[in-house]
Amino acid sequence: MNQHFRPEPAALAEARARPAPPRLAAENVTIGYDRATIAEHLSVAIPDRSFTVIVGPNACGKSTLLRALSRLLRPKSGRVVLDGRDIASYPAKDVARRLGLLPQTSIAPEGITVADLVARGRYPHQKLIRQWSAEDEAAVVEAMAATGITTLSTRLVEELSGGQRQRVWVAMVLAQQTPLLLLDEPTTFLDIAHQIELLDLLHALNAAGHTIVAVLHDLNHACRYASHLIAMRTGASSRKAGPPTS
Amino acid sequence: MHGFRLIVVGIGVSAMLTSFNTWMLLKADPSVAMAASAWGAGTLNGIGFDKLMPAAIVLAGLVPALVLVSRPMRQFEMGDDAARALGIDPERTRRLMILLGVAVTATVTAAAGPIAFVALAAPQIARRLTRSAGVTLVASGAVGALLLAVADYAAQFAFSSRQLPVGVVTVSIGGLYFAWLLVREARR
Repeated sequence: MNQHFRPEPAALAEARARPAPPRLAAENVTIGYDRATIAEHLSVAIPDRSFTVIVGPNACGKSTLLRALSRLLRPKSGRVVLDGRDIASYPAKDVARRLGLLPQTSIAPEGITVADLVARGRYPHQKLIRQWSAEDEAAVVEAMAATGITTLSTRLVEELSGGQRQRVWVAMVLAQQTPLLLLDEPTTFLDIAHQIELLDLLHALNAAGHTIVAVLHDLNHACRYASHLIAMRTGASSRKAGPPTS
Repeated sequence: MHGFRLIVVGIGVSAMLTSFNTWMLLKADPSVAMAASAWGAGTLNGIGFDKLMPAAIVLAGLVPALVLVSRPMRQFEMGDDAARALGIDPERTRRLMILLGVAVTATVTAAAGPIAFVALAAPQIARRLTRSAGVTLVASGAVGALLLAVADYAAQFAFSSRQLPVGVVTVSIGGLYFAWLLVREARR
């Protein structure tokens, strides 16, 4: 996957040196489902252009936090801020043009080809009148190239291996062309070689300018790849730490 | 709103309404009850332009709405989370889909009575014929129309002595299909 590491343009390196205000942050949120509260008064900021990894034991609320950050879950109190405004105040499609999410479980429709599934990521960019444009086509081709699935484009998704399938899903989120990419345990069902392959891919995307937020189980992976680490523990508290920026 | 709960509630409501229908038939004037029974089996017999026109006018209003909802509907096939992440409001879209589904079904049922199984079978057949992913509205509609026409032809001419309501034919085919499906699943 090393071919994805492109040299950084000078302007990008300069932008990196200046600390930008975070585009996505949770401010004093209390999150949970129905009666169960999973985390209280939690504040986290996702540094722009970072590779943020959320770690913690099972059932401590990692995925719940990610769901709140991506507006899948409305916080019981507090708010999630995207580009300076409460994320709940945006139209749904507007959020989907800024922030892409790979949920833990997604269902590939039966009989769908790789290219067709990736193309579904273009939905938030399409309008009623102009349904499929050259821009959409280019985004799909680019997303498949970045994830190394171009040769699979006419294959059926259900025929692929787990590692290939996960790359197809990442390609779908990439085709959405959002600066922010959120991934909920993207490596869980993959063997170790495919886990590393996927993390290398995310690293390359991060180097290309995407802000990545991923929930990971493996602490070694988290420390190896993250530029910003959010550690959660049961009991509704969180510590943030950034590893050395080498 | 969960899919499973919706199905169970649907079965309950359907049972209540069926018993209400039966009660109405028992209370009604015999000639009215006879006509209602024929309608209740689902039939195209005796349907002329007088019944077609009101249904066609209502459908002319509903079809554009169906076209509008078909695109977000396809995103649903990937699950609620993925649909929401792509900029769809699942609750609102689901309500709209249910409303439109009930409206088009009611329009046809008002004219021809409940003709079962066609709507269940047509999208599945269409999907296999077109080899495309998910439900395709135009192909499903075309296959449904063909199925209904064939079933109606069979209902008119299969038993030379009497004309059956088409609903009887579709229900019988559906019943046989489910029996076959049950046997096949049981053997696994």
